[in-house]
Amino acid sequence: MAEHHAHAAASHDDHDHKPHGWRRWVYATNHKDIGTMYLIFACTMFFIGGGAAMLIRLELFQPGLQFLDPQFFNSLTTMHALIMIFGAVMPAWTGLANWMIPMQVGAPDMALPRLNNFSFWILPFAFTLLISSFFVPGGAPAGGWTMYPPLVLQNGASFPMLIFSVHLMGASSILGAINVVVTIMNMRAPGMTLLRMPLFVWTWLITAYLLIAVMPVLAGAVTMLLTDHFFGTTFFTAAGGGDPVMFQHIFWFFGHPEVYILILPAFGIVSEIIPTFSRKPLFGYEAMVYAVASIAFLSFIVWAHHMFTVGMPLAAQLFFMLSTMLIAIPTGVKVFNWTATMWKGSLSFEPPMLFALAFLFLFTIGGFSGLMLAMVPADYQYQDTYFVVAHFHYVLVPGAIFGIMAGVYYWLPKWTGRMYDLKLATWHFWLSAIFVNVLFFPQHFLGLAGMPRRIPDYAVQFTDWNMVSSIGGFAFGLAQLLFPYIVIKCIRAGQPIGNRAWEGAHGLEWELPSPPPYHSWTTPPSAAVIARGAAH
Amino acid sequence: MTMRKQLARLVLSAAAAALALPAAAAEESGWAQLNLPQGVTDISRKIYALHMEIFWVCVWIGVVVFGAMIYSIVRFRKSKGAVADTSLVHNTKVEVIWTVIPVIILVAMAVPAARTLVEIEDTTKTGLTIKVTGFQWGWEYEYLDDGVTYYSHLDRLSDAARELGSGIDPASVPHYLLNVDRPLVVPNGVKVRLLITGADVIHSWWVKDLGVKKDAIPGFVNEAWFKVDDTFTGMLRGNCAELCGRDHGFMPIVVDVRTKADFDTWLKNTAAEQKQAAAPAATPTATTPASAG
Repeated sequence: MAEHHAHAAASHDDHDHKPHGWRRWVYATNHKDIGTMYLIFACTMFFIGGGAAMLIRLELFQPGLQFLDPQFFNSLTTMHALIMIFGAVMPAWTGLANWMIPMQVGAPDMALPRLNNFSFWILPFAFTLLISSFFVPGGAPAGGWTMYPPLVLQNGASFPMLIFSVHLMGASSILGAINVVVTIMNMRAPGMTLLRMPLFVWTWLITAYLLIAVMPVLAGAVTMLLTDHFFGTTFFTAAGGGDPVMFQHIFWFFGHPEVYILILPAFGIVSEIIPTFSRKPLFGYEAMVYAVASIAFLSFIVWAHHMFTVGMPLAAQLFFMLSTMLIAIPTGVKVFNWTATMWKGSLSFEPPMLFALAFLFLFTIGGFSGLMLAMVPADYQYQDTYFVVAHFHYVLVPGAIFGIMAGVYYWLPKWTGRMYDLKLATWHFWLSAIFVNVLFFPQHFLGLAGMPRRIPDYAVQFTDWNMVSSIGGFAFGLAQLLFPYIVIKCIRAGQPIGNRAWEGAHGLEWELPSPPPYHSWTTPPSAAVIARGAAH
Repeated sequence: MTMRKQLARLVLSAAAAALALPAAAAEESGWAQLNLPQGVTDISRKIYALHMEIFWVCVWIGVVVFGAMIYSIVRFRKSKGAVADTSLVHNTKVEVIWTVIPVIILVAMAVPAARTLVEIEDTTKTGLTIKVTGFQWGWEYEYLDDGVTYYSHLDRLSDAARELGSGIDPASVPHYLLNVDRPLVVPNGVKVRLLITGADVIHSWWVKDLGVKKDAIPGFVNEAWFKVDDTFTGMLRGNCAELCGRDHGFMPIVVDVRTKADFDTWLKNTAAEQKQAAAPAATPTATTPASAG
């Protein structure tokens, strides 16, 4: 596609002679090629995980079991979560990091290109292994993505496949995170000081540290499961002096930072998009950076709020309640700052801005239900009901997923040099934003009225809201098909566009041509260019 | 009830007609299933009050924050000729205010939550102790001081209707998936202590009207308690709340609340029945010490 670059550039230090055909992708060391592969992989997993969600909503459309065996239903909920978290959202963030971080900090590429190749190519194998477990005796893992023992040990042949694929995903994430840290710390252009970095780079830096800190913890936990199952240890078996609740503590020590790994880069993207389409610099840049850092710190001391019903000492419950409530403060600061960024701005509503605004409203709703869940006595009633399902889907779908959509719609013209069909993308937005609420808002009611989560069938008084939720689910799922169509159409036939795709866009990526050269900044941007980019 | 109505009106004005139904009828009507029930214990009502408090706090914060967002979106549109004030990037006073106000709100919420929690954790001075064991898939109840033990499973009508492609309309089954063959029988007006454990995997014993949800963990014993209002008798229904395998969705909990006198009679009769049923199996010499407990 961009073959002419290789011949046009005669200079010695231009490494633009990329291999062609399949070698370009299998041997890929270029941040853009690897970023593209990450994004295609994430999109594929988004539709596979979404397919599982459609089956779940189909079975839950009405009471009674119509289509699925309960065990298979449990496999679907388990696999939906694993695929969406580790296959869709995390690789999408790494893909965006690959594309954008070198461009945004003024670097030619990621610092560790071969590691980059390795960290991507682990993923297709990890997920082939995981998804193929549907076809082994006993079916796919059905104990929930949280993998609580002793239940998880009851899985059949899928159990070691689950453990090994989780190890692979963890390894991939750690390698990707190391690459991000090394790139940001070492490859910034002269003059690109830490406090001049765009928020997307900042949030990814903090996310990368979280990944490096907690993925090994997950690996340790699942390894203990493995030895409990095959080698006669009893880490999590009371009969041998172990404790099943200890697994939950270790898992959620990973799990809560993991939640922020999924959402912090979205904070970064929204912090880029809202200023662009408000034509006004981000309000309180430094406060935003400190807020993200505080959230990341707090994520290490709140884990047990996922397990208030396991029977912890009173003092522990009080501690985890208070530490959880503290998170509302930096999160509030972020929401207020985004709002203040729009205040006295000059707003326009292109698709990235629409997705960012939906993020702002709907993530805040997820934050509210999170605050409610922090109150331990009330949590006793919410825990493991559809209220929790509604809560985390509000922060993950209109939170993380809309953040990814916003990011893709924001930077797609930069990547391709072409503008996508704005009208169609606006349709994609409105259908998504409306039906995500039809899908998830009634689940708050279901949870409060007493419907437990992870059940394939329910009492008849829950029928009406489940039907509404399923209809919202099908419509939301269908609307997502627009997304790959819009992207492909843009690549093939979009209108060519200049360097600065959006009128109010600031940042180094907009100083490069669209599409950018194969190696983004072969010479560092000048101080003037950096100053123009850092608009705050 | 008024709070509940207000909430319902706020979130779904379309269901307003259904909300006119009295509480008992609301139990059956799907559209009116919008909120936590108040329950039948002092604790469950305190939890409900806490839930509504934090809900309204969220609503009011939402009104202010969403109001500011919507105002910005409407008022500062480029298409309406709005010009950006690019100098507005920082304001220490405002930033301090919107950090301090949430702190105050959080402290105000934490105090009643902590107070209720302390009360919930006070398992002293109980009048009756029942051991609850979750297993795949049902519950075992053991009245520790009276030698009464029995199992509680999904009732047979629900069990038949829930088979894949059973052809039985769930709506035709009374209390579909919320009915059991033998409910847990408890007295009202008595502080009942539950000792909760699991036999195989982790389960969770949850009856929302009692405000109790506690995990049943194999190898460990958790404590919980409830004291039903002495004005209430009747059936309360709940579920296992922790994924526990294939039939996790099919192990409901039913609590049959009776007056103290009715309960005592039931307990005495059941104890006698169970002793009689066990007698032929045991040798005559073994019966005497076994019955002493």
